[in-house]
Amino acid sequence: MAEPKTKYDRQLRIWGEQGQAALEKASICLLNCGPTGSETLKNLVLGGVGSITVIDGSKVEVSDLGNNFMVDESSVGQSKAKCVCAFLQELNDAVKAKFIEEHPEALIETNPSFFSQFTLVVATQLVEDSMVKLDKICREANVKLIFARSYGLTGFVRVSVKEHTVIESKPDHFLDDLRLNNPWPELKSFAETIDLNVADPVAHKHTPYVIILVKMAEEWAKTHGGSLPSTRDEKKQFKELLKAGMVATDEENYKEAIEASFKVFAPRGISLDLQQIISDSCTEVDSNSSQFWVMLAALKEFIVNEGGGEAPLEGSIPDMTSSTELYVNLQKIYQAKAEADYLVIEQRVKNILKKIGRDPDGISKTMIKSFCKNARKLKVCRYRLLEDEFSNPSLPQLQKYLTDEDYSVAMGFYILLRAVDRFTANYNSFPGQFDGEMDEDISRLKTTAVGLLSDLGCNGSPLTEDLINEMCRFGASELHAVAAFIGGVASQEVIKLITRQFVPISGTFIFNGIDHKSQLLAL
Amino acid sequence: MSHSTVQPSRSRDLDKLLLRPGNLVAPTFEPGTQLRDDLQEYVRILVVGAGGLGCELLKDLALSGFKNLEVIDMDRIEVSNLNRQFLFRLEDVGKPKAEVAAKRVMERVSGVNIVPHFCRIEDKELDFYNDFSIIVLGLDSIEARSYINAVACSFLEYDSDDNPREETIKPMVDGGTEGFKGHARVIMPGVTPCFECTIWLFPPQVKFPLCTLAETPRTPPHCIEYAHLIKWDEVHSGKDFDPDDPEHMTWVYTEAVKRAELFGIQGVTYSLTQGVVKNIIPAIASTNAIISAACALETLKIASGCSKTLSNYLTYNGVEGLHIKVTEFVKDKDCLVCGPGVLIELDTSVTLQKFIDMLEEHPKLFLSKASVTHLGKNLYMQAPPVLEEMTRSNLSLPLFELMGKVPKDVVHVTGITSQNDSKRSCLRKLRVVFKAIDGVTDMDMAGGA
Ligand SMILES: [Zn+2]
Repeated sequence: MAEPKTKYDRQLRIWGEQGQAALEKASICLLNCGPTGSETLKNLVLGGVGSITVIDGSKVEVSDLGNNFMVDESSVGQSKAKCVCAFLQELNDAVKAKFIEEHPEALIETNPSFFSQFTLVVATQLVEDSMVKLDKICREANVKLIFARSYGLTGFVRVSVKEHTVIESKPDHFLDDLRLNNPWPELKSFAETIDLNVADPVAHKHTPYVIILVKMAEEWAKTHGGSLPSTRDEKKQFKELLKAGMVATDEENYKEAIEASFKVFAPRGISLDLQQIISDSCTEVDSNSSQFWVMLAALKEFIVNEGGGEAPLEGSIPDMTSSTELYVNLQKIYQAKAEADYLVIEQRVKNILKKIGRDPDGISKTMIKSFCKNARKLKVCRYRLLEDEFSNPSLPQLQKYLTDEDYSVAMGFYILLRAVDRFTANYNSFPGQFDGEMDEDISRLKTTAVGLLSDLGCNGSPLTEDLINEMCRFGASELHAVAAFIGGVASQEVIKLITRQFVPISGTFIFNGIDHKSQLLAL
Repeated sequence: MSHSTVQPSRSRDLDKLLLRPGNLVAPTFEPGTQLRDDLQEYVRILVVGAGGLGCELLKDLALSGFKNLEVIDMDRIEVSNLNRQFLFRLEDVGKPKAEVAAKRVMERVSGVNIVPHFCRIEDKELDFYNDFSIIVLGLDSIEARSYINAVACSFLEYDSDDNPREETIKPMVDGGTEGFKGHARVIMPGVTPCFECTIWLFPPQVKFPLCTLAETPRTPPHCIEYAHLIKWDEVHSGKDFDPDDPEHMTWVYTEAVKRAELFGIQGVTYSLTQGVVKNIIPAIASTNAIISAACALETLKIASGCSKTLSNYLTYNGVEGLHIKVTEFVKDKDCLVCGPGVLIELDTSVTLQKFIDMLEEHPKLFLSKASVTHLGKNLYMQAPPVLEEMTRSNLSLPLFELMGKVPKDVVHVTGITSQNDSKRSCLRKLRVVFKAIDGVTDMDMAGGA
């Protein structure tokens, strides 16, 4: 066995040891192991999930050899679940792999409690009726669920969990937390110890821009009735003042200050996103509340009390031109403030836990620390029950998507992907599944789609003939490249849900393999 | 109608796309069994790179109706590849990637032939690349992309109206990933922007100023780069640092820790040291699968016309939700690589040596150590030594004579270009026109005007 740290090095750099530990604890169930399902699991097995259970009742046919890498000629006639499972096990001996030769539809009908043993179920290539049933089962059992389906040059991925909360959302570009628009006393008094007009040119060009901005902003406030630059003219003036502070043209720290001056002008207080989260009714916690919501309740109290409208300080600063000493000291000041904020939140968490009758030390320090550090980046994702979305989609959204140039094809595919399931319920095959019935199938599919739209409250068919024809041409085929794409997306969403890092998709992802203008639809 | 008569077929799913007429397809699409057979028999695809993307690409292409594949990669398998390069097992560590990848896919997909090439991309002659219908790139380096791009563009010829000649277009499909993000693009040289037209999409890696490393370190990477770039040379005079030697890496790590302690900087770890020194790009299986699948699908569409093609650049970002964006970039009409070629006017008396010297000074080229070929014939080669010796005598001859006394023609030059302090191997297409050839030139000029 390879040293896991080396084997997983490239992914540990993304989700860290905590994320990896969560993956290694997870048990994943796959329904149907055609190429879409197999490819999804392949990516997860490579990443080192704890265990997988492959469920498929079919035998390998010759046609499977053309689109599924996990079966080969020697597999024909054998259980598909068994063959796929054997190949997956070969990829990573740290994963516990097993299979059950049974049709997922039968399991859903006869043994709903079966699914409660898993962390997450990946359900592939199911028709609508089974999807809706499985969705209810998993929702009830609090099992995470992801649907994935490949269909010709289209397909979808849909996450279904009641609520998914994220502390470490790790956004790409997120403004640092320097508080230049609202410095706290220790930062101000540290700035006071530094003379911007220092005679030594080396010291002058090694004064960090944070200090320059804190001092200049304070100076400005003194002569402007306590307020910071807000109009365009004032902002321009402020930048001119910064420029005037330079003693040589090569002073990087002043250039950085001018570039970062918008951080002084930025409005104080928390973002709209965070405001929305703290006003969620879940912040009224009780004995059943999750750790996330308990910490959120504490955060809410902090913001209106000690925080003075701000979230706890993140505590890290970006690299900037500076002498080592000033930079390290500045770092310490930010860290100290973050630590102080954390201690307040920790105390509040304890008090809340006590109030709701739970162990006051029930949430670990590491967890609270991480929560404080990421307070500005928290995410709450909620997903409608599939049945609700299917029977009662958001009509304004639906109308908008159908008429919006960027969304209309994806929306068309969404409707048609549902229409083919209605079609097969009526005619016992998918449109275009067999040669020789194309023309008839095209008109039947059109009628079915129009019927579906009108059931949803949309009259008149905005679907193009081209799209309907293409859908029939696809004939329920599962192309390997499309399956690998859809499976790739599904596995990435599994990783986000299990590690509780990054942000999973909201709504339904519709793959558009024609021109790649795929979309997320929130219905 | 009875369904039971349908014969089981390996290509059942793909046939839906290849045998049936469609509405949203390329104008050239001719569905039918002939098309399916042609893809298998005549289409030859080169996969450049057998790493995270390359493994996926070989699998995807082998299951997308192609039978003639080749793969080129100079690397050997490492343990840290195993979290995503699914064709490799622990016991394969140390073996050439291209060879193992080709073998594994052939074992599982019968009828597919994959020829591996365990070598550098620069080691192959231009003709090697010209043999393929489509080149698919699964690389992680800008330099390698740039090189293959120049090779594919070098086959491009323009007609007298400066329109690209269709039969000389060598399509490329390029993928790249970093963590949860990636891109896939289709390059039709002369039609859509080539890699060099949009080189600004790949900004060069930021380097720390040496004075920061030496005088005012602030972050862990500063300490690591000090140990790696400054201290190593001070202590080990003359001995090259080898990033793959664990002893070397440990030395750099220990020195970085010492420096961090000296300056009160926190956070130097062995893993970070490796990351900084080797410029490790995080990589996961799912993103590689997604991007490769998009590339394979586009390859199938280019070869068959069975659907519209991506036009022309897709970005994928799965960090926050999922964002897929398609951008239609436009080509740079003055591009040195995919344009008609840099025009160079010469006297008929200019020797090959003089020509090579000129290239070094040319303001658009700055091309040193040039090797020159004309119509596939080596006029002068810098390496290997055997070829150098064979072609050396040409240096003193006029280029005009070496090119068969034609008034104008295209030559290909490979060498080293130095731009913005970085040197890299490159390939350039040059349009050489000879001045003042009596009569012929005037006629020709008049005709071409
Ligand atoms: Zn170009």
